[in-house]
Amino acid sequence: MSFLSCAEMLTYAHEQGITLAQAVLQSDLAESRLTEAESRAQMRRLWQVMQATSRDYEPARRSRSGLVGGDAAKVEQAAAAGLLLGGDYLSAVTAEALKTAECNACMKRIVAAPTAGSCGVLPAVLLPLARSGEADDDAICEALYVAAGFGQVIAARATLAGAEGGCQAEVGAASAMAAAALCYLKRGSPAACAAAAAMALGNLLGLVCDPVAGLVEVPCVKRNVVGAVNAVSCANMALAGIDSAIPCDEVIDAMGRVGRQLSPDLRETGAGGLAATPTGRAIARRLAAEAGGV
Amino acid sequence: MRLFDVLGPVMIGPSSSHTAGAARIGRTARQLLGEQPIRADIGLYGSFATTGRGHGTDRAIVAGLLGMKPDDPRLPDSFALAREAGMQFEIHPVELRAAHPNTAVLTLEGEHRRLSLTAASVGGGRIRVTSIDGVSADFGGDSNTLIIHNEDTPGCIAEVTNALARRRINVASMQVFRSAPGGEAVMVLECDSHIPEDLEPQLTAVPGIRKVTCLNVDDTP
Repeated sequence: MSFLSCAEMLTYAHEQGITLAQAVLQSDLAESRLTEAESRAQMRRLWQVMQATSRDYEPARRSRSGLVGGDAAKVEQAAAAGLLLGGDYLSAVTAEALKTAECNACMKRIVAAPTAGSCGVLPAVLLPLARSGEADDDAICEALYVAAGFGQVIAARATLAGAEGGCQAEVGAASAMAAAALCYLKRGSPAACAAAAAMALGNLLGLVCDPVAGLVEVPCVKRNVVGAVNAVSCANMALAGIDSAIPCDEVIDAMGRVGRQLSPDLRETGAGGLAATPTGRAIARRLAAEAGGV
Repeated sequence: MRLFDVLGPVMIGPSSSHTAGAARIGRTARQLLGEQPIRADIGLYGSFATTGRGHGTDRAIVAGLLGMKPDDPRLPDSFALAREAGMQFEIHPVELRAAHPNTAVLTLEGEHRRLSLTAASVGGGRIRVTSIDGVSADFGGDSNTLIIHNEDTPGCIAEVTNALARRRINVASMQVFRSAPGGEAVMVLECDSHIPEDLEPQLTAVPGIRKVTCLNVDDTP
């Protein structure tokens, strides 16, 4: 049975004298009927797919609508030319978030983490650490268990669906999961991981889901960058010893409540926010005319 | 939610509901038909109809009908692959009453069998089949499933459950539906273990049972 609260997850790990990653793994085995070896192999496969998605990125590829593609390559070029702020890691995080999210929009293979629309956040913060040798595959898979554990609590207490909770439930949740994973990788305590997740989700509270023309493209691809960079900042705050004033479980509950308070226009219907701007509507009309219905 | 539903599935983008779920609807329909469809009529309802093209819902359903899983990299090329496989298909919007916004209505014809099916993509790549051959149903297609079409007469359910009991197959869930008293009925049994292929001829021979369909999740016909 997966954990229904972060507090329960942290207490279980503490009482059993095991890591957060082990606690999450063990809690899933009974429910999923997998052996530990099978579960670890499955996690390793997800990590391999995340790496393959980035490796197979094609800068010239565009989504069917033509709205998305090629932006990650621009970031990499500008970073290589020394034009960008924030150092190598932040440039790489930005490029990787765009890469995976663009691949998703262009019908390539991704790992929904936790959703397809937010699939760029976790790989964005992890891939640069793997590439620079700061984290090996085993460490990253452990961190992915921690990410999944926080994701399971968010699913249990609130939601991971944009249609129910807006973008805060997708990119917000992915950002919380990524913040906890980063904090764990940098040897932060379980309490620091929970603080990182709480701050990351809290920072994105209220983020609406407003896809132009109803497609997982604009603004979804660029919001993956926000989720990833926010995860890095919140992991850094937690590693520096900053706590979240509001405990993680209460932030998650607040996210669920805010989701229910959001107008349906702001929950994946493509009827509000950026989708309802004059330019957003014009794009939707153009695509509908090109499609001729279905 | 299970761990690998939170991280995962591995899928072709861009949308778990409009792409991965759509592929699963197509693949489940093919498994229920039990053979490669020769002709497929694909009706799209609600958000499937309005944003389906941009999400590749059309290509995903056709890919599923060709037996592809939601993570098959050939999924975007499914229209060309269907032509190579000799499957004709037509895709159009449909109007339904009180249906889930991501619903598809499929009518399939294989060399030996026909099947009509309505299914919804309910989030995270998961689906529910809501009707099969015109009778209501409700199952996810992610467990081994036995589907029986029968006359609404006493004894049919006992025959089926006895046959499963004799083979030591445990039933996880069971639903019965009918069009009208004494009319057309459908039984849906989700089972914990593989449903043996020879159960199909055995049950088809039972008076009152008209059609037996097995969906074993690991098989691709």
